Parts: sequence; structure tokens; C-alpha cells
Amino acid sequence: MTLASLLQRADDLYRDLRFSAVRDWKQRTGGLAVGYMPVYVPREVLHAMGILPVGVMGAGDDLEIIRGDAFYQSYICHLPRSTIELGLNGALDCLDGLLFPATCDVIRNLSGMWMMQFPGKYVHYLDVPQDFAPEVGGAFYRHELEQIAGALGKRGGKPLTAAALRRSIAAYNENRALVDGLYELRQREPWKVPTAELYLLLRAGCVLPVEEHSAMLRDYTTAVRAADDRRPMDQARVLLAGSFCEQPPLGLIRTLERAGCYIVDDDFVQIHRWIRGPVRADGEDPLQDLANAYLFQGIPSAIRYIDQQVKGKDLVDRVQQSGAEGVIFCAPSFCDPALLDQPMAVTAVERAGIPWTAFKYAENTGQFQVIREQAGTFADSIKLWSE
Amino acid sequence: MTRPVAPAAAAAAAAAASKDASQERQKAMIAAHFHKLAQAPETGDKSVYTFVPGNLTELLGTFSVLPVLPEINALQSGMRGKSRDYIGLAEKLGHSEDVCTYVKCDIGMLKSGNIGPTGERLPKPDLLLLSYTGCFTFLKWFELLAQEYDCPCVMLHVPYQGDGAITDSMRKYVVDQLRKKVIPALEKISGRAYDEDLLKQQLARSAKAEDDLVWVLETGKRKPSPIDAYFGGVYYIGPIFTSFRGTQDAIEYYRELRSEIEERIRLGKGPVTPDGELTEEKYRVVVEGPPNWTSFRQFWQMFTDEGACVVASTYTKVGGVYDNGFRHDPSRPLETLADYCMGCYTNLNLPTRVQMLARYVQDYAADGFLINSVKSCNSFSAGQLMILREVEQRTGRPGGFIESDLVDPRYFSASNIKNRLESYFQMIAQKRAGGS
Repeated sequence: MTLASLLQRADDLYRDLRFSAVRDWKQRTGGLAVGYMPVYVPREVLHAMGILPVGVMGAGDDLEIIRGDAFYQSYICHLPRSTIELGLNGALDCLDGLLFPATCDVIRNLSGMWMMQFPGKYVHYLDVPQDFAPEVGGAFYRHELEQIAGALGKRGGKPLTAAALRRSIAAYNENRALVDGLYELRQREPWKVPTAELYLLLRAGCVLPVEEHSAMLRDYTTAVRAADDRRPMDQARVLLAGSFCEQPPLGLIRTLERAGCYIVDDDFVQIHRWIRGPVRADGEDPLQDLANAYLFQGIPSAIRYIDQQVKGKDLVDRVQQSGAEGVIFCAPSFCDPALLDQPMAVTAVERAGIPWTAFKYAENTGQFQVIREQAGTFADSIKLWSE
Repeated sequence: MTRPVAPAAAAAAAAAASKDASQERQKAMIAAHFHKLAQAPETGDKSVYTFVPGNLTELLGTFSVLPVLPEINALQSGMRGKSRDYIGLAEKLGHSEDVCTYVKCDIGMLKSGNIGPTGERLPKPDLLLLSYTGCFTFLKWFELLAQEYDCPCVMLHVPYQGDGAITDSMRKYVVDQLRKKVIPALEKISGRAYDEDLLKQQLARSAKAEDDLVWVLETGKRKPSPIDAYFGGVYYIGPIFTSFRGTQDAIEYYRELRSEIEERIRLGKGPVTPDGELTEEKYRVVVEGPPNWTSFRQFWQMFTDEGACVVASTYTKVGGVYDNGFRHDPSRPLETLADYCMGCYTNLNLPTRVQMLARYVQDYAADGFLINSVKSCNSFSAGQLMILREVEQRTGRPGGFIESDLVDPRYFSASNIKNRLESYFQMIAQKRAGGS
């Protein structure tokens, strides 16, 4: 597959709001498909039960929201509107269930709305622990996973076995390593891995089986490493923070790149990078290993209690590790986790002397001129004035 | 998020028309509590900042530490006309216009000297007890405060009733956190050992007060209702939702309140409002959602002008749902605290909230129900339009929808809300006329 055709495939998957790839997979395999909302669910459990995990990341700017808006007041973010719209227009019929991880009150309440609106479907609010002691939060989380596995088993999923779970953990470890590899490559040579392309690959991972997605990542990595026509430009290296739940439209990412920014780190489709490093794949009790990964390898996030750690430190560390020259806080409008977190993050980056700017978006934002000017000015100021 | 309590400023306004003994008692209780807080730096009393839903007042009482509830301070600031400036200050400091105004009001108050509702300075916290119950914003709120204060923060993660029930795993999770995190943190700041017998005594007192509270709230089923269960209700829940659950003061307050309501029933009287007694109950409604605090009296008057009485509300369940039979149970002290936390209204999933509202509409023989949707509180507000449709469908009674905010006066459009309420009550009247 050529680079162009690979990217076309990823773009087709991104724009396919009927989830045809999921429908095809179900047709082929006869398996269940279970969706998940941002930010994190342990897909390994579903995979080990022969279930296709499907990321539901909203409808971007490609879908006119008609009925979804009738469910929400003007001050609620856009993601749940488009998710409802996708549910009501039949696009999500291919999903046998939907998981709502504890991200914020809007996603939480959407779980109850889904129960009432789609009574035949499996719906579960995945209450991830905010206590990270293995015998306390870990035990609770493990029970949550067992509950999901039990319920999905009754709906036709294969029984969850240790051997199958180990294989699934290994498959996702490989996938995470490939994603991390691309992030590292982008940090070193951002001209080789434009973020608009990387983003499409991340989104492809929301609908493809992990093995197929890993193959796509491998092919892409090979192709861009060999792409001599991708040359560096004089762009400012920025870290984009805050886009971990409702996703920005692709046009916004392209706008930032065209405005003179190399995005060298970001929060997009964060499920691919939520767990740092590999999960133990050879243990006696792989479910516990998966639970432990959540407790001890989860990234600092606006939706995760950080206990005694210092707010914003991780962001400053990421700036330093990625060689970013500035931070763009790019959060969805009305996103409680991102926007309540932002003042603390700003304090941290200011203390570290890191330049920053901020704006908000919705997944269906269609006008980018103002953002382009702001990002362009920010990039220019970095190139001209930073030491 | 949202929370109530009978604020001193509001009590003063309401009491202009009629001042019951229970109101006077509550006012004195609150004043004494805030005075104690103001004196804490001198007396050495320890203060613990925490939240109303999932509050552990009985447990705090056993350690003789003083609770401070930032939501209450915010709503009091709203009623005292201070919130506009506090919110403005927080927004100048970089807090988004999109987020909860309670948080911004609290931050603004803190930056303005942390003067409490009685005009005295609140003490700095010795501990931030993050009772993470039914509201995501709580997590961020205390992270923000943790940056301002040099004190420990302890998390109590209360699982959400996503499937509409409390499981053993959920209960164990909360109890384990209480034993392993919360109690040790309280022992450390107070210098006292955990005394379970003392906790049991507090819980037994809580249950007594809860009995009387439920009795009072359920008098809304009578015709005419002797109470307003929303505007008046926020005063009734004051002591039990905040610093007084588990105290003898709370028992006496609710006993006195009950006897006052018994007297109103005997005399066939309607509820007391800021403008006197509601003499003709034209409409009976159930209300979902918190009130607006910046124009609280004006908002209430819009109902009384129409002869509307709120016979039941969900807001008065935000710091604990008791009318489903739950009472604090001294025989299982930590487990009962866990069940209390998990049972608070905004910790219930949407199907349960719909059931509860539909039950209220029917049990309280309401003409309809109203949702006051506040911009600040996604925990309450996200999904309310669906709740509206579902409850209408299940009860056959009309629903109304108005929008405002908790403490940001910029989001209270009096004429718009009044128009909507008038239209809503006219619709009920026309339905009645058509039905007859």
C-alpha cells in the first residue's frame, strides 16, 4: 500500500460516520462490537472476548446536528450532541453496547440517557477509581472489569480467559509501542509526520481491529521514514494541550500546521497513550496486571486525581521532553475537565518560562481564520523572540 | 456544583414577613458556627473544607473539627450580592467563563480575603476533604484550592450509581477509603483517635433529625401544602445538609420545625413566603434543579404571584435522599456513611432521577413539574431536556423549562423567566379548563 493510499484509507475511515468498517467486521466474524466514549477504557478485555472495541469520538464537522441539539442546553459541549445524533440516525446500530468511562458529568449523564433511549443495548458507566491503592481502588476497578466481562459474556462475548487476555495485552502493547514510536519520530522530525496524518491514524485505531491498525501504523512508519521529499521547514514546535475528549476538527489541526506550528506533542485520542509503557503480558493474573497498569502506568490527566503530585509538572516535563517551544491550550468549549485544569497548567508553564496561548473549539468549528492568525502570531513570536 | 442551605442573608429577607422560631434557631446556629470558624486561629480548632453531597459531618464531629463548605459560601455570596465581583475577579485570573460559577465565586472570595457570610474571616483549611460525590467539578475545585493552601488533601471517591444500585463492591470501596485514607487523615490533623462509639451516637442523632425532616417534606402531599418544598425547602435542609447533622441542635431544630408545620396544618394554612402566607394554592408543582441564588427572592415571588406552590423538589435531596427510607444506621457506622454518600441525588443515574421525579409528580398530586436548568452545574443539567420529556410521558403532566445560573447574575434574565413561568401556569389553567 502506498503512503497516499494508506492515508486515503485512514481518511475514509475517519469520515465514515456509518462505521462501515465495524459493520464489515461484524459481518465477517459474527462478533460483538462495543463502543467506548473518551477517554480511556481497557480495550484488552473486550478484545480478549472476541469483541471489537469501537471508539466513539463524535461526528466532527461532517454531520448536521438536528435532533442531538434537542437533548442539550446551549452551554453543554458538542460531543454528546453528535453522539446522540449518531445514535438516533442509526449510525451506531452496529454497536451492541457502549461504555461510558468516568470522564466528566456530561459523559456520565449520557450513560443514563443512552439507557433510556436505547433500552436493548448494553450500557455501562465505567467508574474508574480515583484511589490508586491496589487493595482499595485496584480491587474496585478489577470488580468493574469483571462485571463488564460478565455482562458481555451473557450477550454473546467469549468467556474471558487468562490466556486470551494475555494475548490481547500483547497485541495492545505492540500497538501502543507503534503509536509511541510515531510520536517519537514526530518529535525528532516533525516534517516527516504531519500531525494531520498522525491524527487520522489514531482515529483509524478507533474502528479497526488492533492487529489491522498495528499493520497500518507499521506501514506508515516505514513509508514516512523513507519519504525524502518531506523536508524541514522553519516552524515553531508546540505542544497542544486539552483536546483529550471532544476532538478538534481535522481542519483545525491542518490550520495550526499551516500557521507555522509543528505539533510535537498533543492529547488527541488519548486512549492510545493513556497507559505508559507495556502492560505486563506474561503474568499469572492478567486482569490484575491490567488493573495495575491503570493504577501505576496511567498518564497524569485532567480527569485523574493526582494526589500529592504537583499540578502541571507533567505538562512542563512533556514540553521539555518533546523539545516544544510553546504550549497551545486548545480545549473544547464547555469542557469542564480541560477548562478547570487550565489555570493550574498555565501557572506551571508560566513558572517554567514557557510561552503559551489559548483558544477553544467545538468539534464542528468551521471557521479557522481567527485561530490561524492567533496561532501564526504565536509561532512567529516564538521564532522571533524566544531565546 | 450546587448546594443549599439556609443562608443568614436569605433568612433575613424571608423573615421580614414572618419569622418562625425555627428560623431564628437556625440563624443562631449558623451564626455560632461561623463565629467558631472565625475564632479557630485563636482557639486552635481545626477546620476541614469539604462538600455538601457526601459530607461526613458525623465523622468530622467525632474528631471535633469544623466543617467549611465552599458551595455554601458561594451561594451565600450570591445572595449577598457579592458573587458578581468574585466571579469577575476569578475570570480576570484566567478562569474560563464556561465553568462552574460556584468555583469562580469561591476563588474570588478567597482572593478577596475569604470573608464569610457573617462578615468574619474564614480560617484556612487544615485539611481538604475531597468528597468526590456526584460532581466532577469537586475534583478540580479542590485541586485549585490545594494550590492556594499549604495543607493536605484527602480524596474520598464515591462511585456513581451508574446501574441504578449500590453494590457490595461500591460500598466496600468507600468504606476502605474511609478506613485507610480519610480517618487517618482526620486523626492526624486533630490529634485524636477514631472513636466508633462516638460516631454511632452521632449517627443515631442524625437518624432522629432525618425522621422529622422527611415528615416535614412529605407534608407537601397535603392540600393545601403547608410548606414550599423548594424555596422554603432550602431553609429546611440547611442544618441537616451542612454542619449540624448528628448534633442535638439539629434534632431540636427539626422537632421545632415539625411542630410549627403541625400547627400550620391544624390551622389549614399554606406556606410562608417572603410576602406572607400563600393563601390560595392555585398550582402545585414539582421542581427539578437548584435555585438561582442571586435573585432568590425575586424568583420565589414569581411563583407566589401566580399562586404556585412547590410541593416537592429534587434539590432538597442533593445532600441526602431520605424519603426513600434511608436513615443513617448506627449499627453499621462506616457502611451507612458509604450508603449515604452514594445515595445523594446527583449520584443517581438519569433513569433513577426520572423515576423519582415521576413519583413526586404523582404522589404529591402536582399539576406539573418545572426544571430550573443552571448553567453552572452539568451534573444536574446535562440530560434535563430528556428528563423533561420522559417525566411528561410517564405522568401525562406538563413540564416547563427555565434557565438561569447559581450565582452568576449575568445569567438570570428576570423578564424571560417570568414570561416562561406565566405561560406555563396559563397552560396548566387552560388544560384544567379544557379537562373540565
